Amino acid sequence: MLTKGTVKGIISNLVIVEVEGPVSQNEIAYIDLEGTRLMSEVIKVIGKNAYLQVFESTRGLTVGSTVEFQGHMLEVVLGPGLLEKNLDGLENDLDKMEGIFLRRGEYTFPLDEEKLWDFKPIAKVGDVVTAGSWLGEVDENFQPHKIMLPFTMNRQYTLKSIAEAGEYNIYNTIAVVVDDEGNESEINMIQRWPVKIPITTYREKHRPYKLLETGVRSIDTLNPIVEGGTGFIPGAFGTGKTVLQHAISKQAEADIVIIAACGERANEVVEIFTEFPELIDPHTGRKLMERTIIVANTSNMPVSAREASVYTAMTIGEYYRSMGLKVLLMADSTSRWAQALREMSNRLEELPGPDAFPMDLSAIISNFYGRAGHVVLNNGHEGSITFIGTVSPAGGNLKEPVTENTKKVARCFYALEQDRADKKRYPAINPIESYSKYIEYPEFEEFISEHISSDWTLKVNEIRTRLLRGKEIAEQINILGDDGVPVEYHITFWKSELIDFIVLQQDAFDLIDSVTPIERQKEILDIVVDICRTDFEFDNFNQVADFFKELIYVGKQMNYAEFESDKYNQYREQLKTLVSQKKI
Amino acid sequence: MAKAFQKIYTKITQITKATCSVKATDVGYDELATVEGRLAQVVKIIGDEVTLQIFEGTEGIPSNAEVVFLGKAPSLKVGDQLAGRFFDAYGNPIDGGPVPEGEERPIGGPSVNPVRRRQPSELIATGIAGIDLNNTLVSGQKIPFFADPDQPFNQVMATVALRAETDKIILGGMGMTYDDYLYFKNVFSNAGALDRIICFMNTTEDPAVERLLVPDMALTAAEYFAVDKNEKVLVLLSDMTSYADALAIVSNRMDQIPSKDSMPGSLYSDLAKIYEKAAQFPTGGSITILAVTTLSGGDITHAVPDNTGYITEGQLFLRRDSDVGKVIVDPFRSLSRLKQLVQGKKTREDHPQIMNAAVRLYADAANAKTKLENGFDLTDYDERALAFARDYSEYILSIDVNLNTTEMLDKTWSLLSRHFKPAEVNMKQELVEKYWTN
Repeated sequence: MLTKGTVKGIISNLVIVEVEGPVSQNEIAYIDLEGTRLMSEVIKVIGKNAYLQVFESTRGLTVGSTVEFQGHMLEVVLGPGLLEKNLDGLENDLDKMEGIFLRRGEYTFPLDEEKLWDFKPIAKVGDVVTAGSWLGEVDENFQPHKIMLPFTMNRQYTLKSIAEAGEYNIYNTIAVVVDDEGNESEINMIQRWPVKIPITTYREKHRPYKLLETGVRSIDTLNPIVEGGTGFIPGAFGTGKTVLQHAISKQAEADIVIIAACGERANEVVEIFTEFPELIDPHTGRKLMERTIIVANTSNMPVSAREASVYTAMTIGEYYRSMGLKVLLMADSTSRWAQALREMSNRLEELPGPDAFPMDLSAIISNFYGRAGHVVLNNGHEGSITFIGTVSPAGGNLKEPVTENTKKVARCFYALEQDRADKKRYPAINPIESYSKYIEYPEFEEFISEHISSDWTLKVNEIRTRLLRGKEIAEQINILGDDGVPVEYHITFWKSELIDFIVLQQDAFDLIDSVTPIERQKEILDIVVDICRTDFEFDNFNQVADFFKELIYVGKQMNYAEFESDKYNQYREQLKTLVSQKKI
Repeated sequence: MAKAFQKIYTKITQITKATCSVKATDVGYDELATVEGRLAQVVKIIGDEVTLQIFEGTEGIPSNAEVVFLGKAPSLKVGDQLAGRFFDAYGNPIDGGPVPEGEERPIGGPSVNPVRRRQPSELIATGIAGIDLNNTLVSGQKIPFFADPDQPFNQVMATVALRAETDKIILGGMGMTYDDYLYFKNVFSNAGALDRIICFMNTTEDPAVERLLVPDMALTAAEYFAVDKNEKVLVLLSDMTSYADALAIVSNRMDQIPSKDSMPGSLYSDLAKIYEKAAQFPTGGSITILAVTTLSGGDITHAVPDNTGYITEGQLFLRRDSDVGKVIVDPFRSLSRLKQLVQGKKTREDHPQIMNAAVRLYADAANAKTKLENGFDLTDYDERALAFARDYSEYILSIDVNLNTTEMLDKTWSLLSRHFKPAEVNMKQELVEKYWTN
């Protein structure tokens, strides 16, 4: 019997409901507004009063309206057909909604209910299965999509029957399982899971170590992220957060990319779904959209659904990870999510923490990042969720609660710097302040020596040191003047500029330069380190600048040329010739 | 929400500076009411106690005031008769004309479904090279001027509005000085553009809280013309800082815990709801928003410009360049996020690269200037960079420039060629070979 209730008070999207029976924290309820059902979630209970945050506008709602509780928390539907979807934060299919404007109380089912899927069984009759066991698979676009025993089935079962290979829709029974008491359950292709609870049907989670290629040189070369790793990108507006995030989601070597557009501009989502269906995934040759899911709760959509959107995206990610896939989840921006928490905490009149954010912000952020990771499934296969969140620090000041709390949990830090952005040195990732903790993992080092080269880490550390040295010298030159420092200082400074222009800076809008595969990154690194290790002789600092500007110019042309093409080789030779003219 | 009869309530339980509470039943959230004839809106309902925000303020409201609920949220009658008219924040005519007829629509309506939007792709030419060359505007974009109160942002905005090819210009004035209101009125009428103008005006003489209605009024009218009539609409909002100040007043009187700079915690969402109304619609119409956010002493870390920057698709900065004695569009701090959708696509291929090259060299000039100020010798390159910067300010960045985009590109190439060597501009070789002028 589901509990009912009556509206007693309304303050913006917080509604106070007097309940007639038991309700649970985070239970979903529908409020009736003259026939329109407004979805809401219980966020506090005091005596007979339940406090509900409504995922829609409450305009026109009156005291006395009836409320129906649903007996479950906010859930998502999981099944084949989620890829290529544009969903809202509550997993409604945006494409199925009618009209130009979003209508209040319109909820749409995220999957195609009639489509027939080409099913192939994996498990055999008599197999012992548990939650997450692979029963069979269907082809979703070009990827195998595993049909699993629902995560909510938490006992041991024996497979009594499994459907033959053939075409089925999501509601057709594809298996029957029996538990140890002889109770039978019919299994079809869909299941539901509450978003706030992590899916943990795996054997173990271990330290991630495999490089996740993004094609962005200042990430892959300098501060690599790994499969199952976590990272965050804080940056004031205008420093290129979104461009960088789009570049990563276009180019990363992942099986599935989930983009949670959380409280950001709608036109940025439009850009994704306009461009991704046209763009080709550099790793598979398929359309990018075929591996992408968009969860959009843009800044003008209801605030309380904003919080739900990141959980919806993460839960879908965990579902695909359980199939043994590499999932990349991007959330832009986690600050907007934190602000949504703040707005609600404020309406609940809770005592505020720093900057009026709720006191448990730190725990919420760390639990969320903790859901990412590289796991070994019960069947021995591996899957991962790599999570990269952006942070929009107020006033560009990194000493604010969301940045500070994220820094405690995310292992990669990509600091976008205003000064670099002003100078159009894109991507504006500050090479000195940013870090990747994964470089220190011995497992990672081993992986790199095996897959790229044994002296890679050494060279990366060398350019890092050179960049730091270059920055120190630039400051000295600023104080002492060009004449005030020896010519050698200018050489060291310009070597760091060479690294900056050739390795770090990358044209995100150029077809070739925007994506640098790891082999090419290795070659660029080798070329640049060779030049940096060469001793040069110059009479004065003007000569130094002229010489290195020439090198940078040619190096840039090389970056624009197709890898190993005649043009590319020509520029590479030109670099060698230039260097040999001035070296001692 | 419509009601058959209007009941009068008089049991006032509380009066504060901006709100009063009354015992009443069957009242809808967000509903309008009159309190002693003054317009008010429901902001809180607890049981039978309804709290109303009175736009004009509560001065002189008695504890037995008559409250009448109107059974509807704030609304505007939309129709073609809106064109050429001037209204106050409630949508009442202030030009002496008749009340326009049309379909009544609630303001602050629902959001556009993101999948129904189209990617903005039409360039808005303003002739001002600091905008068209470096920070190209695109229809469906939202972008503010970040400016100190003494800067000529209203003039630039009026110039842009008149030069841009649009079907309607809707001006929303919030806390605008009466003089500036008259300025806009004169400029538009001198340009013979009055029939394309619609204006919703809250001047500094009007109550502050009233201006909270202005953006929603302007945008409801804009949606009518853009969605129903497939027109290209440009909305001018000046000044959004005054709007935010009014939000802060209300939230303060509602006893909400303020966050940064005494602004309400919901400031981001409140501003986003307005700016996100900018859109390119599938049927051809569009809403472009050009706003003003006044700064205090150029401080962009204040909560209002900071939150705005995260919402809008870029920002435009004006600055007085003392070297050439003109107001320029600052190339470092200004940014149009949508520019890459048109640059090199709707304009010549060399546009993106030459724009970046010129700004980078302008940055070199700024470094050289610092050197000079610190008393160091300048190199030959520094001297050339400084000479380039002066020309670039005067002929490209200055707000009195009026060129088409091809002329701007040619002009910039000629400046680069005059002051630099090809290797110094750091661009793709093919472009240099094609456009370098000797």
